[in-house]
Amino acid sequence: MKSSVIVFPGTNRERDVADVLAEVTGTAPRIVWHGDSEVPQSDLIVLPGGFSFGDYLRCGAMAAHSPIMRDVVAKAKAGVPVLGICNGFQILCETGLLPGVLQRNASLKFICKDVWLKVESTRTRFTGCYNQGEVAQMICAHGDGNYFADVATLDSLEGEGRVVFRYCDPAGNVTPEANANGAQRNIAGIADPTGRILGMMPHPENAAEAMLGSVDGRKLFESLLAA
Amino acid sequence: MKARIRITLKNGVLDPQGKAIQNALSGLGFKGIEEVRQGKYIEVDLASTDEAAARAEVEKMCRELLANTVIEDYAFELEQRT
Repeated sequence: MKSSVIVFPGTNRERDVADVLAEVTGTAPRIVWHGDSEVPQSDLIVLPGGFSFGDYLRCGAMAAHSPIMRDVVAKAKAGVPVLGICNGFQILCETGLLPGVLQRNASLKFICKDVWLKVESTRTRFTGCYNQGEVAQMICAHGDGNYFADVATLDSLEGEGRVVFRYCDPAGNVTPEANANGAQRNIAGIADPTGRILGMMPHPENAAEAMLGSVDGRKLFESLLAA
Repeated sequence: MKARIRITLKNGVLDPQGKAIQNALSGLGFKGIEEVRQGKYIEVDLASTDEAAARAEVEKMCRELLANTVIEDYAFELEQRT
């Protein structure tokens, strides 16, 4: 499986995700600079975490208009799977590939901690190796992860089974206390209607080795291989 | 022309920063504050002196980049630069 990881000025988790992709797929991903105009032929495009363009104006707003994004959007629309993690999720929302927006955390604090996610949909390219309702432990590290969309959009996401991950407690209960950042309906990750584009705030790439405390994120990358 | 652009959160969108400012103002002893909403202010200097053209251009800037219309409204005034 060939994958490409896009790097913007201020991206900082590209090596984490490249490391996991190399280990799981057996092939090191290409690192692609945002100023390039074309993504090499890929079976997966990753928009990694970080603080592209210093989060100026709005998180992901500048990156969404980087030259490479025109080709990322074109390839995504042509069916190439795209994974946006953290800042990558914010960029996907700013490009309009995913609906809604990530607002400042309700607490106004940067949150860096373990979170538990309820897997709400296994019908995406990224979640086939999980069980429906499974609880996955991952790490989140963000200041703007508070998912917001209007009620009609939220209802249609729910109705189409596009809410993929929800913040929950370790036992799998989706409660206000388990909601890390104030996200509407505890939403931590959503997909496009085809299940080929996934945006999520927590970091599966940082939960893929036992040494780091959890391997629950590894299945997300294994799902891509199995799909 | 100079464009003075104000970007504000739509009604109904939670504004935790506005809430924090409100709490700080109350903490300083300011009374009777019913709500605080914060936003952004951006000035853009344009070479154009044609108001209609500048208006169309700034409108496009707001829609394409400066505001995220999922959660934000924008408004702007134009004036001739001196």
